[in-house]
Amino acid sequence: MRRVVVLGPQRHVVTVTEELKLLGLSGRIATITAGWQEREAEDDELSAALGNRSVNLRLHARTDDVFAQDQQLFSAHRRRQDNLRQLQDIYRLRLDHLMASATMLMSRAGPPELIEPEREDTIEQLRALDAHHLRRIRDVHEAFEQEELPGERRALAQHRAEVHGILEECDAVAIAGGHVSTLIGRMRLLDVAAGMVAKPILAWSAGAMVLTDRVIAFHDRPPEGAGNAEILDVGLGIARGIVALPHATTRLKLDDHARMALFSRRFFPADCICLDAGNRGHLDDRTWTFTAGTLRIDRDGATVAASPEAE
Amino acid sequence: MIPAIQQLERRGGLDSRVVEMFIRSHTFPLIEGARVTFVWRGQADAVHLRHWVFGLASAQPFHRLAHTDLWHLTIDLPRGSRFEYKFDVVRNGHSQWIRDPLNPNIAHDPFGANSVCQAEGYEVPNWCLPDADARQGTLHELMLNNTAFGGPRPLTVYLPARYRETRRYPLLIVHDGGDYLRYARLKTVLDNLIHRLEVAPMIVALTHPKNRMDEYPNDPHHAQYIVEQVLPFMERNYPVFGTPSQRCLMGASFGGVASLSTAWRYPGVFGKLLLQSGSFAFTDIGENKRGPAFDRVVEFVNAFRENPGRPAEKVYISCGTYESLIYENRSMVPFLQSHGLEVRYDEARDGHNWENWRDRQQSALSWLFPGPLWFVYE
Repeated sequence: MRRVVVLGPQRHVVTVTEELKLLGLSGRIATITAGWQEREAEDDELSAALGNRSVNLRLHARTDDVFAQDQQLFSAHRRRQDNLRQLQDIYRLRLDHLMASATMLMSRAGPPELIEPEREDTIEQLRALDAHHLRRIRDVHEAFEQEELPGERRALAQHRAEVHGILEECDAVAIAGGHVSTLIGRMRLLDVAAGMVAKPILAWSAGAMVLTDRVIAFHDRPPEGAGNAEILDVGLGIARGIVALPHATTRLKLDDHARMALFSRRFFPADCICLDAGNRGHLDDRTWTFTAGTLRIDRDGATVAASPEAE
Repeated sequence: MIPAIQQLERRGGLDSRVVEMFIRSHTFPLIEGARVTFVWRGQADAVHLRHWVFGLASAQPFHRLAHTDLWHLTIDLPRGSRFEYKFDVVRNGHSQWIRDPLNPNIAHDPFGANSVCQAEGYEVPNWCLPDADARQGTLHELMLNNTAFGGPRPLTVYLPARYRETRRYPLLIVHDGGDYLRYARLKTVLDNLIHRLEVAPMIVALTHPKNRMDEYPNDPHHAQYIVEQVLPFMERNYPVFGTPSQRCLMGASFGGVASLSTAWRYPGVFGKLLLQSGSFAFTDIGENKRGPAFDRVVEFVNAFRENPGRPAEKVYISCGTYESLIYENRSMVPFLQSHGLEVRYDEARDGHNWENWRDRQQSALSWLFPGPLWFVYE
């Protein structure tokens, strides 16, 4: 049975070491630090936390090498990125308008029997837009796969084979955070998901986000002003049923219950799980359990224990 | 609360030693809530505060503390205000403008330097101060030959830290590039905001006018220089996106006019504009009353307001509430919005100066070119 562990940020509270012990694995651990981009190889601390038995898959460097060798693929990749960027802009435009009306409705006073169906309908429209955007993203990825046949290109095929070879020799995979788009993009290009089938996975921050069904970007406190959480990409669908929210306490306005209620209801039926430092979640088969202190945003926008029985 | 200067006045028995003690025991200008007290010490016939706060009389007289050589003036200043000033010291009918000798805060501009008054609630943003942790971008001095002006023109190019030719970057073209670097710390600001992930790593082309008062008010040669020479040069030699949505023109004052008029002459080229305290003077009827320097400005802005077209998609506008141009800038916001442009507008209690334009950079750049903060989860 595969075990998936999602963790809060590891920079100040390292929990991955203990989790690795709990898994009882003695072999090598494949690490993915592609989210760190050019700093991918600066993984001494991570390696130590994993008992100095890790092997970095170097997905970022490998992708750079593939693109350097295969300019045609590089150009096709850029076209895909341009298309995705344009789609994201259009989605954001539509999202802004829907979110504006939904936000007003969430804080509007009135008889619940009148207001609540209107809220639900607006949220349904948001869900429909999110689902539509996710389909469009999936279409762009599929078109890329069908038109460019990346798996048949020599440089990429070679790196994919090497990555799969390393994964085969490892007992588990550890995925660090960083730039979430870079991380999922490089994992997708090197087809990492196919190579880590059935292996235990430990992931934190952006690493946890890419494992979910939908990669959802969020930030309520950027300098340009609070934006709307947005669907960014198709996730790997391994950590199913949750929205992973790293640094939730600092990135989200958790005290703004109307805002959080909209957030939670929009992404329902997935559970919105706060993954702050020290928080952990375990997925065994199809059941999630979370350690004490790990919070979930409920339908009313309040933060509650993600696993009440653990408290 | 009784202002410190009044307490001093009331105590009586003032002599040179007491005045000296008063000066030594305070910092100046003296900020006491909303009250700001300026002092100057010396022999004079009169002393005035000279400032560039539109809405206040431009010369405010000081009062001499009886039996002393201490001159003082207290004014009320709204929270968060910042303005630049000098003292006008009059002796024997001769007027001399000097900086406040008791105030270490100085702002430089192309005309020299002024003292700076920072009211309660104003703070120099920490992102415009050098940060040892922020990786440094680089500046490259280049020369463009055979420009639309008939001769060569210098161009400074900023490349962000960790610049890589295999990446693509947005392009920002800046008017008065040298002044933005010198007086608004643009390089430090870019280095810091990029380091903090608040602004996307970008390539910046900093242009340098020869005679901005001639070139900036809707000069076709200037627009041609920017669009047909600077832009292609940058796109040929640097890995920029090459799409309107990733191109921005920026300028302050007459540079704002140059940015808007260039984008207006070449619609569809620039997706974004960053306009700071733009000199967008116009007339609904009658003559321009701002003097001959504004004749071509008014002619352009009137024509623009008559037929705005679509010079860009997103426009950031800022202006100080102590500027004479505040009404023109405020009126530009609904005007552009009514023509379908996305506009963000910021005001500050500040004047028409480089530090005001510096202080708005985080808000402007993070809105026009948001950094990867949204996408980074360490």
